[in-house]
Amino acid sequence: MNSLSATISPWLLAQAALWFTILITLTGSLLAVIPKNIIHNVMGLALAMFGVSGIYLYLGSQFVAMMQLLIYVGAICVTYIFAIMLSPPLQQELPRRRRAKVLSALVVSGVTFVAMALMVARLQWEPIRTVSRDWSIKTLGQAFLTRYFLVFELISLLLAIAIIGAILIAGMGRERE
Amino acid sequence: MENLLLYLLLGALMFCIGLFGLLQHNSLIGMLIATELILNGAGLNFMAFNMFLSPDPVVGQAFTLFIMGVAAAEAAIALSIIIAVYRRFREIRVDSVSELKG
Repeated sequence: MNSLSATISPWLLAQAALWFTILITLTGSLLAVIPKNIIHNVMGLALAMFGVSGIYLYLGSQFVAMMQLLIYVGAICVTYIFAIMLSPPLQQELPRRRRAKVLSALVVSGVTFVAMALMVARLQWEPIRTVSRDWSIKTLGQAFLTRYFLVFELISLLLAIAIIGAILIAGMGRERE
Repeated sequence: MENLLLYLLLGALMFCIGLFGLLQHNSLIGMLIATELILNGAGLNFMAFNMFLSPDPVVGQAFTLFIMGVAAAEAAIALSIIIAVYRRFREIRVDSVSELKG
């Protein structure tokens, strides 16, 4: 064990893991966008969300990483897959994309990325002096029930309304069939 | 601050891949998947600022969790709208659902 950490420095290992996570995220994002098959898109989205949750671990928050894994990979991707598999329309064959559309989309997103990257690189970020490194879930929960109480309640209300609305909208027009 | 730049660029890249998918995909559900990528790029930015620039680490985590909640609500609503659109038009390609086009 001792010789292992002597031959491979932990810092190097952490750096390699970070770049691997970034690679997973970018591969997943591209997979979520490029293939024609919808199922492949959803699988790519799941891969990307997995990678992002790994990056959240690097950004210091285990709780948010866990929530990312639970909500995106566990709930949203599974909902998509169920919706695709349960309804015949969503798996129908898609026609080829028009080349002009793809090219213009590429240009627009490329220009947006260059503008954002220039803006991010030019700004002088001011490092902070006093940092509280209190990452515990307890503090987070206390903040949710004191400082962010109204937002928390609003999000709960929004989710409840969204669920009821989703059931209503998806059930609408069922009688006509 | 090198690391902050790395995470911000990664967030911007995810946002732009999502934008690309939103603009070029043929089916409504593909556009929905691209939207999730855009929301995640924003969440990544919040977490990066939270790590490197915020005096209080609660703020960024709270905002990222709120973004996740809104994303879940959006996914539920949008999926049900897509199913309703299919019932009405028998089609989920974007180009063919254009009754409101002038």
